[in-house]
Amino acid sequence: MTVSTTLLLRRRAANASFVVFCGLVTAIALAALAAILWTLLSKGLGGVNLDVFIKATPAPNSHGGLANAILGSIGMCVAAMVMAVVIGMLAGTWLAEYGQRSRYGAVVRFMNDVLLSAPSILVGLFVYELLVHPFHSFSAIAGAVALALLAAPVITRTTEDVLSLQPTALREAGVSLGAPLALIIREILWRSARNGLLTGALLAFARISGETAPLLFTALNNQFFSFNPLKPTANLPVVIFNYALSPYDDWRNLAWAGALLIAATVLVVTIVARIVAQEQRRS
Amino acid sequence: MDLLEGVSVSAGSLKMSDVIAQPVLRRRASARGAILSTLFEWLCFGAASALLAALAGLLVSLLIGGWPALHKFGFSFLTVSTWNPVTDVYGAAGPIVGTLVTAGLALALALPIAGGVAFFLTELCPGPLRRPIGTAVELLAGIPSIVYGMWGLFVFAPLFAKYVQLPLMTAAKPGSLLDTLTTGIPNGSGILPASIILAIMILPFMAATLRDLLLTVPASVRESAYGLGATTMEVVLSVSLPYIRRGAIGAVMLGLGRALGETMAVTFIIGNSHGFPTSLFDSGSTIASTIANEFTEATSDMHLSALIALGLVLFVITFVVLGLARLLIGQQERRT
Repeated sequence: MTVSTTLLLRRRAANASFVVFCGLVTAIALAALAAILWTLLSKGLGGVNLDVFIKATPAPNSHGGLANAILGSIGMCVAAMVMAVVIGMLAGTWLAEYGQRSRYGAVVRFMNDVLLSAPSILVGLFVYELLVHPFHSFSAIAGAVALALLAAPVITRTTEDVLSLQPTALREAGVSLGAPLALIIREILWRSARNGLLTGALLAFARISGETAPLLFTALNNQFFSFNPLKPTANLPVVIFNYALSPYDDWRNLAWAGALLIAATVLVVTIVARIVAQEQRRS
Repeated sequence: MDLLEGVSVSAGSLKMSDVIAQPVLRRRASARGAILSTLFEWLCFGAASALLAALAGLLVSLLIGGWPALHKFGFSFLTVSTWNPVTDVYGAAGPIVGTLVTAGLALALALPIAGGVAFFLTELCPGPLRRPIGTAVELLAGIPSIVYGMWGLFVFAPLFAKYVQLPLMTAAKPGSLLDTLTTGIPNGSGILPASIILAIMILPFMAATLRDLLLTVPASVRESAYGLGATTMEVVLSVSLPYIRRGAIGAVMLGLGRALGETMAVTFIIGNSHGFPTSLFDSGSTIASTIANEFTEATSDMHLSALIALGLVLFVITFVVLGLARLLIGQQERRT
């Protein structure tokens, strides 16, 4: 009797401490993450004003904004997304519809996963060797290609996942109408998977919009507006990196404002992606 | 209905007899449709192969770029910790050890917390809070790492120096283990602060993945354990955790992979010195931070080559970790 009572007490005590531990670490984790967001808001909001969006990056201790960096970032991300969506959707379609059981498909799938989680700085090194070193100039094109290489695996993965979830009956319906496989894929499967594909693209966009490392040695930076895709181009992440490590207060404030802009963009895009994904589930 | 109309219009040139079996269909379909169909398949195949080519190209470019350094220094590139751009002598032991130590420490710090958060969200959290907290954790997993780096440099480092480093360093008796571990300059940067920032960065990702895995444990399995009189702790540790074991190890490895390859969160706060780190507060460097700091300012071809060779080492390390993770996660998926 006493043995079982002490055992019960011990188990209860162990359980109580486990529950307290789980609650406590959750509180600590949320507090740390809330502290980061609070810092971002309190230091970033003060710096966000109209000038940030219309003036180019300033010289030390003079007034300016981030307009050229914002423009460069948008341009490179859009170009990267165009490349990544085309390659990612086609490759994901091949994995889901044509090569799903082949050995080559398994290899591509594994290598895509490796590329998906490979350190982004290595992608930057690769594009440097591929597009910067041979042409002797950092360029916006190189930056866009580096970002595309980071986005494409995400889109490939989600495209394959979403297409494999489409019911076989849809494909059979297409076949029974006499449509060739390519037509079934484009007219039926892609349409019915539209929301899922959009979610994948949005998540990929969220991933690349904050990437800094691969841009450090592909797009580099530029203090002024640049509309030549063959020249070094300003972009938000690299400007933030350089300005945050500078000794000038003006630059540091701009860095916080830029960080807030990027984080807000990523959050909004992620939330939109979740809403789109939920609509898919409901319909 | 809409879908069907679209198909019947654009597939109008096909006869019903084409539809018996797909290979037959492909052969008999109108010439134009067949060509387009084949073209589309080859386009898809080409895109899939392009991804494979990209990864192969990545590896080959690192090999070619790093070859001069690897050829000149040979195996000592991995074991020597002299990194001297002036005399063009490069040994990567410092950054390699820094990478492994910071990633390992970050994992050791983040894993219990991520596990606690995941257990809390699946077993303990009151219903109405479950979704908001879960969503917050998922959203935070997407915050760009440069934000974590900036927070580490401007907010965390001063606090860490004042409330952790100085008290510990004054409390340590000369010659004791604590003294050895805490030698360094109390400026808030170094191996341990970098590991803590890394841990905070990989925490949301790991917690969200572990929670998703825990949600795959069938309710009946957990309920039968509760029915036998098990406490929450016993259910979580003896039933749920073993059930998701392989997937959980895979998730941990993915977190480790992120920590190994992370550039921005670390570069801000690790101190960037190339020596062999000798204590927790010593400044050090990781492979990624070294490349990020020096690549655009490399002084000689050999310097550039040494940095690319460093990238190759990082690629090999992460490839092994990710390969193991995929292997374990794949087996979990096949079983369930």
